[in-house]
Amino acid sequence: MRQLRDQSAVLRTCGSLAGFLKTLSVLIVAWFALSVFSPAQATETSPKLDIGKGGECVKDPQWMRKNHMHLLKHQRDETVRKGIREESASLKNCIECHASTKDDSVIAREDSFCVGCHRYEAVKPDCFECHSGTRKSAWLRQRDGK
Amino acid sequence: MNQVDLQRRSFLKASAGAAAIAIAPGMMLYQVANGQTAGASSKVRWGMLIDTTQCKTGCNECVTACNRENGLSGKTGPTDSQWIRKIEIKDISSGRELSLPMMCQHCEHPPCVDVCPTNASFKRADGIVLVDKHRCIGCRYCMMACPYKARSFVHEPLHDQNPDVPRGKGTVESCTLCVHRVDEGRLPACAEACPNQAILFGDLNDPDSEIARKVRSVASVQIRADLQLNPGVRYQGM
Repeated sequence: MRQLRDQSAVLRTCGSLAGFLKTLSVLIVAWFALSVFSPAQATETSPKLDIGKGGECVKDPQWMRKNHMHLLKHQRDETVRKGIREESASLKNCIECHASTKDDSVIAREDSFCVGCHRYEAVKPDCFECHSGTRKSAWLRQRDGK
Repeated sequence: MNQVDLQRRSFLKASAGAAAIAIAPGMMLYQVANGQTAGASSKVRWGMLIDTTQCKTGCNECVTACNRENGLSGKTGPTDSQWIRKIEIKDISSGRELSLPMMCQHCEHPPCVDVCPTNASFKRADGIVLVDKHRCIGCRYCMMACPYKARSFVHEPLHDQNPDVPRGKGTVESCTLCVHRVDEGRLPACAEACPNQAILFGDLNDPDSEIARKVRSVASVQIRADLQLNPGVRYQGM
């Protein structure tokens, strides 16, 4: 009797294993199909950015998309309170490269470097209430032209 | 045996010296390559000596330069920011008149820092008193505490700020001793602009600096010295 019960348990596990494999194969096919077809859909909805001069000086773009705010927040306290003006994480230097080559700004247009993503993600950055979003050279030109 | 020990000692000395020489420039190069500055040092005490005998009545060059550098409107209404202002004083009994610039005195014991509820007002290691606008909630307690009336509140939204001088509505601000220029090794805008070189800027802690030598040799006063705040700005010829 006990042996019988054991056998049926083994059979049940075998059955569930087969079911599991079936589900797994379906999932793999679905994932493959998505990975083939989704890029076309993603480019339609994700924001197109004017990255200015661009370039990778701190970390790769995906890491920066996720973590740039932590770098900026850490650096702002170091700079304001201790006077450590490290160039790589300074907002001014980010703007220097990422401001548009057309209007020298990271906030002037819908597709500007900061505005594009922040609008898409519905996150409002407070930086530019006080900070200039313009490249320093362009700001100097504008001031001296006035 | 003794000779061996001596040799070993001299070898250690020489190698330590060589290591120091090899490492020190390397460290500096590393800092330069990464665009790092060492930050504000407590060995330095930035200050100013203002020669009131050289400051001309009616001259406003320092104020204009400050406004231009820091993006102030230059208006003098009750809701406009003034970081530096020219004041005329007259001794009633003798009739002697003086003109002098007045701004944040960068006290060693700043009352604005004492009263700030959020630690936004602070004194940097090198003696410059600043407002951390990331923390300022605009309560204006510091404006009431300051005996020099040096601080202003930003009432209106601002645009087109100097990329080096962020300023914004709802925060208190005052003379920063042009901290962005000082960190680059340049003079504050007012000191650079004064046509009579009445404003001498430098490190009060460095005994060889021009300002320290002048403070040692010429009579100068701190305004409201009775409050014992030890301001970094001193006036000569008052």
